[in-house]
This record gives sequence, C-alpha cells and structure tokens, in this order.
Amino acid sequence: MRIAQLTQDKTGATVLGVLSAVTLIIPLFNLLFPVDSFLHFSAYTVSLLGKYLTFALLALSLDLVWGYAGILALGQGAFFALGGYAMGMYLMRQIGALGVYGNPLLPDFMVFLNWQELPWYWHGFDHFGFALLMVLLVPGTLAFVFGWLAFRSRVTGVYLSIITQALTYALLLAFFRNEMGFGGNNGLTDFKTLLGFNIQSEGTRSVLFLLSGLSLIGAYLLSQWIVSSKLGRVVTAIRDQEARVRFLGYRVEMFKLWIFVYAAMLSGIAGALYVPQVGIINPSEFSPLNSLEIVIWVAVGGRGTLYGAIIGAVLVNYAKTVLTGLLPEIWLFSLGAIFVIVTLWLPKGVVGLWQSRLQERAA
Amino acid sequence: MSQPAVMGQSYLDVGGSRAIHDNSLDVSHGPVLYLEGVSVSFDGFKALNNLSMYIDAGELRCVIGPNGAGKTTLMDVITGKTRPDSGLVYFGQTIDLLDMDEPAIAQVGIGRKFQKPSVFDALTVYENLELALKTEKGAWRTLFHRLSGEQQSRIEQVLETIHLQELRRQYAGILSHGQKQWLEIGMLLMQEPKVMLVDEPIAGMTHQEIERTAELLLSLQGERSLVVVEHDMEFVRSIARRVTVLHEGSVLTEGSMDEVQNDPRVIQVYLGG
Repeated sequence: MRIAQLTQDKTGATVLGVLSAVTLIIPLFNLLFPVDSFLHFSAYTVSLLGKYLTFALLALSLDLVWGYAGILALGQGAFFALGGYAMGMYLMRQIGALGVYGNPLLPDFMVFLNWQELPWYWHGFDHFGFALLMVLLVPGTLAFVFGWLAFRSRVTGVYLSIITQALTYALLLAFFRNEMGFGGNNGLTDFKTLLGFNIQSEGTRSVLFLLSGLSLIGAYLLSQWIVSSKLGRVVTAIRDQEARVRFLGYRVEMFKLWIFVYAAMLSGIAGALYVPQVGIINPSEFSPLNSLEIVIWVAVGGRGTLYGAIIGAVLVNYAKTVLTGLLPEIWLFSLGAIFVIVTLWLPKGVVGLWQSRLQERAA
Repeated sequence: MSQPAVMGQSYLDVGGSRAIHDNSLDVSHGPVLYLEGVSVSFDGFKALNNLSMYIDAGELRCVIGPNGAGKTTLMDVITGKTRPDSGLVYFGQTIDLLDMDEPAIAQVGIGRKFQKPSVFDALTVYENLELALKTEKGAWRTLFHRLSGEQQSRIEQVLETIHLQELRRQYAGILSHGQKQWLEIGMLLMQEPKVMLVDEPIAGMTHQEIERTAELLLSLQGERSLVVVEHDMEFVRSIARRVTVLHEGSVLTEGSMDEVQNDPRVIQVYLGG
C-alpha cells in the first residue's frame, strides 16, 4: 500500500477521514447514549445512512469500470441485485418455521405455490459462509462469462453499454417469473434473523451500519491500491488508447475482464449489505433505470477518482430522500436535470469543481 | 509493370503448408521477416497487391512510396492489425504471424512506432516507458509488478537516450510533437524488439532532433532489424543502405538510394507521369 500516495491526495484523505469517523461514531453513540438522548440516532437514520454507504460502495465499483477502464457499464445494478439475492436467500432460510405457513424448510412463497421440495439452487444457503461465498461468486461468474464474450469479441463503446443494459433487463424479466424460484415480483422479504440476531433490533442495525462503513473503507483502500498499481496504469492506458496497448503486448481483454469481475464482486458485497438493512430484495433492483442512476451518482461526484463516486452517491441519494419526501413527482425530473447540468457544466463532477476552487486559492 | 527481382522463388523454407509453431526465432536463412504474395483489399481497393519482401536480420530498410502506396497497411499486416486476404507472413523460419494477434506478435519481438505519435497522455513519461518494458504482461503479474533495480536503470538509460530525463515526472500530454515522437521511440526501445517498424519518425522534429534520430536508428541496426517508413528523402538518404519503393500495393523496385532514385519507373511514379 502506498500510504504516501493516499495522503498526498488531500481530498481523498479527507473523504476517508470523514467516512471513518461516521462509521465509528454512529454505532458508538447508539451504544453509549440512551434512546431519548439527542446524540442517539434513530433506527430509521441508521438504516438510511447504512443504505447510502452500500450505494457508495456500488458507485465505487462502477467508477473502477467506467472512470478507470472507460467501460460505460449500464448494468452494474445487476451485480448488486445478485449479491442482494444471495444474502436474501440466506435470510429466507433463517426464517425457518417462523414463517406464516410454519414450514421449517420451504420459504412461504414456495408453500404458497404448492412446491413440495426446495429447488436445488436453494441448498447450502442455510450456511452463512456459503451465502457469503455466493455473494462474491455469482456476480463474479456472471461478469466473467459476460465480459469474456464481450471483450474478446472487442465489443466497445455504445454497443457494449447497450448489451449491459440488456443483461440487467433480461435478469429483471427472469426474476419476475414465479417459476424461477426467487419469489417472483414480491421478491424475498419478511426476514427475521441474521446469524441468530433479530434483524429489526437497534444493535443489529448498528452492526450492519458498521460493517457497511468498514466494507466501503476496505474497498476504497484496496481499489486505490489497484488503480495505483501497474495494472491500474495499463487499465487507464486502455481507456485512452485501447488499440495501442495491444501493440505493447498486453491482452486488453484480460485486463478489462479483471477489473470488470473485481467491480462486480464489490457490487455484490454492496447488495448483500443493502438487503438486511432495507429488509427486502425484489426484481425491481434489476431495473435498467437503477443502473442508469448509478452512472449519474458517479458523474455527479466526478469519475476516475474513487472518492468522487462516494461523494456523488451520498449527495444524490440524500437529495432523493429529501425530494421524494417533499415532492415525489418531481424527483425524476430533478434527476434528469442534475445529469444535464453535470454533463454540460461539471464534466469532472463536484470533486472537479472543488479541486479547481482549491487551485484558484493556491494561485 | 515488371515484378521485383526476388519474385518467382520462395526464400521461405516451410515444411508443408504450415510451419512448426514455436517461439524461438530462426534466422538461419538470413531474413528475419518474410512477406510473400500478400494481398489486402478494402471494399475492392487493393491496398496491398501480391506484395513480397524480405527483411534481413540486423538490416535497416527504408520503405518509401507515394501516398496510398500501402506503406502503413504493410505495417498493419506485420503487426496483426490487418489480416491479409492471401499471402504468407513469417517471422524467421518458423513463426507464422498470421496465426497470431497483436499482443502475441508484440511479445514475440516485433515493435511498432505509429505514424501519429501514440503515447498515453494521462500517464507520465516514466510511466509510459514502464508500460512498454519487456516483461511478463499477464493481468495478475502486472498487478503485483515492481520494477527491479535492473529495470529501473534500463528506464534511466532510455530516458537519457531520448533526452527526456528532466521531463520524466511530467504527463506525456504536455510534450511537444517532437518529444512525443521521441517518447514513442523510447517505448519501442523498452520493448527490446528484434524487429522495429518505425512509421514516419521525424515528423514535427527540429533539424537537430532529426540528426539525433538518424544517429539513433543507425546505432540500432545490426543488433536489431529496422523498417523505416519516411517521406523525407534527405533523411532516408542519410540512413538507408537499402530502399524499397512501394507503388499501388506492390514493390516497384529495391536497391540503394542512388539506384532507386535513378530508376525511371520511380521517377515516373513520383512525378505522376
């Protein structure tokens, strides 16, 4: 780890500092101060902020793919949703006989559909370790197969973006079907416990928040190390002049695949942390619009910096929370307006604006 | 139009229709690069038309010809960018380049400098050289790659050769056109290729830089083979032992600069007679 490089970039170091503080302070205060204290954060706030953290991790993963490798992936939400479903399946198995129908083996929706036995792909999800492995492997494998085919055929630019969009749309349609065995359009919900802890309790929520923060910090540090490695420089070179890199002897498709699979796994982790905090996962997470929103988060924050993606995800989602609370009907128009403004006047996002201010002051 | 002298017989000693594929370069018969009967057409336009030429190990060959003669297409074919419709392209006696893609051809020892200087603007001069370094190029190896002392001094050496020591920490995007040309030549040196394809190396260079480029290219021959495409006749005269003239996708003639310049067909082609 090049610590020197991390601290040289002041904005990055500041974001990391704020993130670490928030990650530690919120669970700590909830532990130390009684429920009626004004220093005690409500369960709603903790879950909301925890959700922002998972979105920030998702945005970070897209920034690796888009900001560094130059692949405008419009289906990053698919990997997030798959990670979420893997966690959701574990949580469903945890319900056991506590469900409405009291079936110790089958989740409620399967009993409702008159299914007699658990589909083969549901086996193993009663083990937390297995579920965690799937959180990484399922998105990773899909990204590997998809990326292998697309990058080897040298599909790039708009065509690639459209295929990624089609990928997430196809998954959306598939997961809507009851026959798939993932709860159809209701998805997976009514979770009770996680590793034996009540999923609704304040303590569990605080721990989930802490884990989301730590995952984001860990992913940021690891990704920072990757982009400042030689592989990071090759990926940047591919973004700017893909054909030229081949003549230096690098297999461009393998580098794209590497970063694409890594990012898909990060998205899967984000989804897995998201589901227990919001209490539901359903096919709408695969909606193409969701994936487009992730692109907007990164664009607003400023791409190709990693911390810009974190800032963008938090800012846009905070705006979404406020606006959908006050004037729900104008949210989508606002989102569109934000995207237009950022594209026209802030090509480097909020981070770029901030840095040019700093430079002006220094000059 | 008469064919060049080398046509009619094959210098390439391949066993059967396909040579044994291994990565050791065999130049026992002299040439390091064989092109035989290569044709490329784009939408009916014949960019290369039954072209044959042989580059000897260690030689410096200049390729000249009017615009559209097929000079850049020739380099595209050798480096795997363009697949010919017909013909043979071999590296030494045994390595069939038509079986390989761009990265494989680069790794086996053929380096290329592009007509338009192609350096990575978002990386520093030093990083550009580091990327070109001859080493393992797999994704995992690249992730954990650290420059050894030897590799660092190799980069220092090249920085000195291309006179960019002071600019090593600068982004390549801020370099002048001539400096970018030098940086790309430096990247070519870092690859340590056995054959260097150099497309228009002196465009945008000052008189002094041109002289230094000529010196550099001359110092490389022997150890490596070079194929230099250039429009500047004075420059070609200053470095060339042997010149190949391309016209309409075929070799028009081959010989020393004096022979070539006095060839009536060459004069006709250049004056558009």
